[in-house]
Amino acid sequence: MPQVAIQAKGLEKWFGEGEAKTIALRDVELETYFGEMVYIVGPSGSGKTTLLSVLSGILKPNAGNVLVEGTDIWKLGADDLADFRLNKIGFVFQDFHLFPRLTTAENAAIPLILKKKDWDESIHEAINYLEIVGLKGRSELPPVKLSGGEQQRVAIARAMVSKPDILIMDEPTASLDGDTGNAILSFVHKNVLNANRCIVVVTHDNRIYEFASRILHMEDGRLTGTEKGAA
Amino acid sequence: MNGILKLAYKLLVNDKAKFTALLLGITFAVFLMMFITSMFIGVLNHASATVINIGASMWVMDPAVQTVANSVGMPDYVLDAVRSMQGVKYAVPLYSGGALVKLADGTYQSVTVVGLDDTSLFGRPELVEGKIEDIYAENGFLVVQDAEFSKLENPHIGSELELNDHRAVIVGIAKVASSGLYGSPTLYTTYERAVQYIPNPRYTISYVLVEPKSASDIPRIKQQVEALGYRARTKEEFMQKTADFFIYQTGGGTNILIMTVISFIVGLSISGQTFYTFILENLERFGALKAIGTKSRDLVGMILFQATFTAFTGYGLGVGLCVLLIWLARLRLPSYAAMVTYTNLALGFGMVAVIAGISSYVGIRRVLKIEPFDIFRG
Repeated sequence: MPQVAIQAKGLEKWFGEGEAKTIALRDVELETYFGEMVYIVGPSGSGKTTLLSVLSGILKPNAGNVLVEGTDIWKLGADDLADFRLNKIGFVFQDFHLFPRLTTAENAAIPLILKKKDWDESIHEAINYLEIVGLKGRSELPPVKLSGGEQQRVAIARAMVSKPDILIMDEPTASLDGDTGNAILSFVHKNVLNANRCIVVVTHDNRIYEFASRILHMEDGRLTGTEKGAA
Repeated sequence: MNGILKLAYKLLVNDKAKFTALLLGITFAVFLMMFITSMFIGVLNHASATVINIGASMWVMDPAVQTVANSVGMPDYVLDAVRSMQGVKYAVPLYSGGALVKLADGTYQSVTVVGLDDTSLFGRPELVEGKIEDIYAENGFLVVQDAEFSKLENPHIGSELELNDHRAVIVGIAKVASSGLYGSPTLYTTYERAVQYIPNPRYTISYVLVEPKSASDIPRIKQQVEALGYRARTKEEFMQKTADFFIYQTGGGTNILIMTVISFIVGLSISGQTFYTFILENLERFGALKAIGTKSRDLVGMILFQATFTAFTGYGLGVGLCVLLIWLARLRLPSYAAMVTYTNLALGFGMVAVIAGISSYVGIRRVLKIEPFDIFRG
């Protein structure tokens, strides 16, 4: 039986009050496991990104709990929550959010630097991860000199460098063409996913469904169904 | 360097265009403020040149005296009274006044004449040429070799001048610590000769120079002089009195204040605006850092470091530029009236600290307000 990575119970989230109140999550319950790559899919405005933010300790729910490896993350203080994100979670953002004035190695090393690890050691480790994601010899270049796919790989290297248990990917193919997006997810599935890691992907790109272990459908703030993925 | 600060440093300096704009703004503001205040302090210093050069610990004067150049004559009994006061080690008279020298070509040049106590020659300048005792020779005068020296047609020992229809012979070339403000050459002679050569009102003692027995005697001497109807001021107090006159009664202080405020506004608007733009451009990335797990205090530390680093680098460059310009000016004008002092260094430091504080406050507010959730929403 695989170990539970994230367990969400009765998640409710709304924005605004009164007539302006928008309900983003309605009584969401889910479990993700180590060793699987879970996709959360659904139409725009269905609450996918809100759910991802709540699960990763970025957005506080109005009700419900999120347990990561048994810890209720929303009972942690601000600093502990930041530490939790830094140590347990790797983020791959839709628009990469790489610093254009830093080299790719420096960008990839950021989580280690934030962990107060020695600068040179952090860069050295980041270069290793850049090689893993197929960017050998590109460590000194600024991100703007890389293609969209290569920038996404830098973002993945940055998410992996601190060896997080959980990888959160928000629309990872949104800024990429079809072939590149496919190649990136294929790479993640082959090289990043392992028995001790859980990957949660928010997407509405059905061209990459083949890499999913499970696909959770969302609509109108609710999880409406689960299907087993092809992977 | 701490890794997070190194990250902040690289984010700042690698954006060369903005970093240069930031530095230029602060450097220009500091330079402007430093240079203006340096000139003003230089002017104030030159205005007190006689006080500095004579070097007496205390000066007794008429209460109406505003600056050292505008003495009001005191009767001889003041000197005698001061000499008999408790706590006075010694007291000597000083004459300070203006005269006209007729040059060889028939033109006239105004000069400042300082008459030293005949017995002690207290306050005598350092001689570059000649012997001090020659000041007692017939018509003996010392001339100060400063920026105004050439106005007397570069006299040498033995040169003769016509001073208020009297013959004056140069017996020594002197140098002094500070040149005068008014652009006239300075001659030294004895007190008796000075009052003899220069037409005077009834009272001839410009100042009584006092050396107290100890520093603790100064308040008592002041009290006794005040009881006599005159004022006793320490060297520093007299310089401050002279400075106050220029600051508060000539409009100079207001002008300097206005220029300082202008340079502050220029610096703040250029640097604050550029720094704010820098923060805005990196706002999403700061948000991403927050999402990754950066604590708010680390983000605050990064922004404070960036603002402080820029501000104090600009401060160093501004001060350096100011010093360089003064140095260059002094190559042509040796007594150029501008000086960098701890006061204007501190003023400039305070100004950049405020600029850094305001710039970083604005940046910190923006960065702390951004929600990592906004990064996900795009």
